[in-house]
Amino acid sequence: MVGPREPIFLGRETYRRRRLIDAMRLVPMAGALLFLLPLLGSGTAPRSTALGGFYLFVVWFGLIFFAFVLVRALARAPGGVGSDPLEPETGATAEDDKTGGGPAPGPR
Amino acid sequence: MNSNVLISVSLVYVAFLFLVAFGADKWARAGRGAWLRSPIVYTLSLSIYCTAWTFYGAVGYAARSGLEFVTIYLGPTLVMVGWWWILRKLVRIGRAQRITSVADLISSRYGKSNLLGVIVTTLAVVGTTPYIALQLQSVTLSLAVFSAEDSGTGLVTSDAPATALWVAAGLAVFTVMFGTRNLDVNERHHGVVTAIAVEAVVKLVALLAVGIFVVWGLSGGAANVARMIDASPIAEWQLDGGRWAALTFLSAAAFLTLPRMFQVLVVENVDENQLATASWAFPLYLFLMSLFVVPIAVVGLARLPEGSNPDLFVLTLPLAEGHNGLAMLAFLGGFSSATSMVIVAAIALSTMVSNHIVMPLWLSFRQGGASVSGDVRNIVLIARRVSIGVVLAFGYLYYRFSGGGEALAAIGLISFVGIVQVLPAMLGGLFWRGATRVGAAAGLIAGFAIWAYALFLPSFGTALFAPEMMATGPWGIGWLRPQAFFGIEGMAPVVHALVWSLVINSALFFTFSLVSFPTPLERLQGAQFVNVFEHSKARRGWASGVAEAEDLLIMAQRIMGGAQAQALFRAQAAAQGKSGYLPDTTPEFLERLERELSGSVGAATAHAMVGQIAGGAAVSVKDLMAVADETQQMLEYSSQLEAKSEELSRTARQLQEANEKLTQLSIQKDAFLSQISHELRTPMTSIRAFSEILRDGAVDGPAQHHYASIIEDEAIRLTRLLDDLLDLAVLEAGQVTLNVQSATLGAVLDRAVAAARSATDGRPLDIRRDRAREDVTLETDTDRLSQVFINIIANARKYCDAAKPRLTIWVSKQESGLVIDFIDNGAGIPADAEAMIFEKFSRLTDQQKAGGAGLGLAISREIMNKLGGTIAYLPGQGGAAFRVTLPLAAG
Repeated sequence: MVGPREPIFLGRETYRRRRLIDAMRLVPMAGALLFLLPLLGSGTAPRSTALGGFYLFVVWFGLIFFAFVLVRALARAPGGVGSDPLEPETGATAEDDKTGGGPAPGPR
Repeated sequence: MNSNVLISVSLVYVAFLFLVAFGADKWARAGRGAWLRSPIVYTLSLSIYCTAWTFYGAVGYAARSGLEFVTIYLGPTLVMVGWWWILRKLVRIGRAQRITSVADLISSRYGKSNLLGVIVTTLAVVGTTPYIALQLQSVTLSLAVFSAEDSGTGLVTSDAPATALWVAAGLAVFTVMFGTRNLDVNERHHGVVTAIAVEAVVKLVALLAVGIFVVWGLSGGAANVARMIDASPIAEWQLDGGRWAALTFLSAAAFLTLPRMFQVLVVENVDENQLATASWAFPLYLFLMSLFVVPIAVVGLARLPEGSNPDLFVLTLPLAEGHNGLAMLAFLGGFSSATSMVIVAAIALSTMVSNHIVMPLWLSFRQGGASVSGDVRNIVLIARRVSIGVVLAFGYLYYRFSGGGEALAAIGLISFVGIVQVLPAMLGGLFWRGATRVGAAAGLIAGFAIWAYALFLPSFGTALFAPEMMATGPWGIGWLRPQAFFGIEGMAPVVHALVWSLVINSALFFTFSLVSFPTPLERLQGAQFVNVFEHSKARRGWASGVAEAEDLLIMAQRIMGGAQAQALFRAQAAAQGKSGYLPDTTPEFLERLERELSGSVGAATAHAMVGQIAGGAAVSVKDLMAVADETQQMLEYSSQLEAKSEELSRTARQLQEANEKLTQLSIQKDAFLSQISHELRTPMTSIRAFSEILRDGAVDGPAQHHYASIIEDEAIRLTRLLDDLLDLAVLEAGQVTLNVQSATLGAVLDRAVAAARSATDGRPLDIRRDRAREDVTLETDTDRLSQVFINIIANARKYCDAAKPRLTIWVSKQESGLVIDFIDNGAGIPADAEAMIFEKFSRLTDQQKAGGAGLGLAISREIMNKLGGTIAYLPGQGGAAFRVTLPLAAG
């Protein structure tokens, strides 16, 4: 809940959030590129399998790390981690679930 | 190691899982299970992606193909870290639409089509059954490892089929107990999910323990292992670019479309928080699961005797080194991998089978509808339970008849390629509003057929497809060879089938989507899916106030269970400001109820059920469209009516005009009769008076002559009047005979002008003519024609009120014929009189003119009719203007 506390930064926060989402979208593309990079050199001199495996696991871990950092940053938003400032009514389903969850005695 | 111990530990483990599932279910129902929905549990439940095929098989894969095994994990990693692209939307739609399975997603997206539901369900069952068989095989194989070690005194026998049967039966019991305990609102199974999360931890710990043991216990550290890797036969593997890319894509696509993955990823999902955490945590899980695969393979190849099955290195390495406890843990890891996959797959498949095959059939057999027939809830549960049994029985039978072995080990990827056929319809449905049911069905069927022909059926070996058929194609048609379509050879069979099936699948999907036209419901659902973030609330359009709330409550109780249904109805009633259990059946309420029900029985079935109760009065979008059509027809009809009434009022106006004319004529006739009696009486009076004077003889000679000439004049006037009347009567009766002569127009006009001028009354008239134009030879009754001209010229002389009367005679040839215009410079004829001047007895002025009985123009018109021409008044010429038209043929 940002509220009226710092309204002047609201636009800036929305902008930041959009860029975080952009970064989030870029992660799998970068990952696909890096995972497919070894193909470019295939067929030439045989390379060390241990080194190749090391490269793959480093890239892999890098992806996980970036995804983790971005999700942490996104989670700070008032609308929740999955909200996108450009989408109207992002809270619609959450609200929907609340009204639906009310009558049911058990949790979902 | 004593296999009795193994059996005991396994049974304790299974009992522990039962307890966990039971406890979680109990907690969830008591409302204390917040942690059950934590992102960590969600992430761990995703681990059913790592089946026994990956737990044991990854090491075997690495031993055979080096690092290629990792592609199976890279695809899901990319999908998860790219959650913002697809998964976020998929999960949101799954929640907004209460999706229960992949088949439900596809069916719901394409207008709740049951056909598509059946196709996807069939595909899923065919694709998953071998996979279940594979899990049974892995459990029996791992048990066999222990029994081989055993002295033979234990309970475990080498009777693999019996073991598989026991495992299958046990899994069926577990799945039925916790997978169909209740028809949960959203198909969420807390007990099962929690048990699976526990199993996920067990298999990760087991694999990590074996890996750590291998690297640091057997090989002396990471650096040594790296050296061993490059020295081992694995280092000789060749990177096949096509396979590498294709398998990465395949695993990514399968991650989205596998029924069991959809179940945990979308159906069991509670909020986006879970997904966001899983986006990095699940790749981390996969990362850890594959970290020690290559070291285990390398060390296994180095230490174990030649010919050992690399698929079982995870188990045989600790055993060979005498670490029975570790081997036991590895066994439990493998057991966990196999059982969790089978349980979730069985739940997912049974949901599909009961919602898309059993329930529609049952509903169509029970025409009475969901409100009057028996307990729907029981029917659904029984259908689920039977489906679970059938799915596991299929898996077992497949295992028995495929005979296990190498053929089965290859089934993992084959199964992936089969289920991935759903991908075009799924992604197209999520992102493209133009995707239609026809396109989806065409793509799915074609992809399914190609997969079966090019990959699945050949996997049975030579029993189905003879070797010569594989080599030369069916009936010798080379380009149809199952593993070299269109003669393109050299691809691995899996890559070949994947590429061709998906290419043709997508091509048909797009083509048929482009050329077909979606039903209204499809278009509505399409918009709901593609624009899920704009309007998450579903709109389906039930008519308000038609379905009875009580009937709905009865049905909802049967499906959701009494307490839940009552709570829902009460809350809805309260929201509407009513007390009690029966809310008004507003469209919003019906929509909400339908969504709740679709969480239990699927969208199509829920729609049908609510539709049955709401009866014929419920308005579907189709009905709305029909209503719109009818409205359109009514609009057309009313516009036709309008046109007709327009016509009627036009006729009425014409009649009114005619009536006015008649009235006027009648008035004129009366006026004329008094006029004519006056006209006749005036000369008669003078004649009588003067003849009386003459008879009395009291006048002298000149006066006598004068009186006699007055009498003669008056007699002539009477005669002329009577002549005119007679002439008109003859003309109107059509008894006149024309005396056709040849003369030029100029000559006729000369004669008329001379005759008109000779008349005594009227003022001098300046007549202007263009003689060159008048040089037209006429073949007509010139006497009659000149009579018309005389009449017009005489009228001009009589009525033209200009100071210097002038008449212009203008001759021209037009299409309508020879046109002679007579235009004077007077005031003309008032517009309201124009219609009357050609009528008999009409006279515009009261001015009394000699011989002006008002018959001249009437006679002229009759004459022109006889001559085949016309005479008309020509308004707007600056004075009175008459146009005489003669047919050119006569001219």
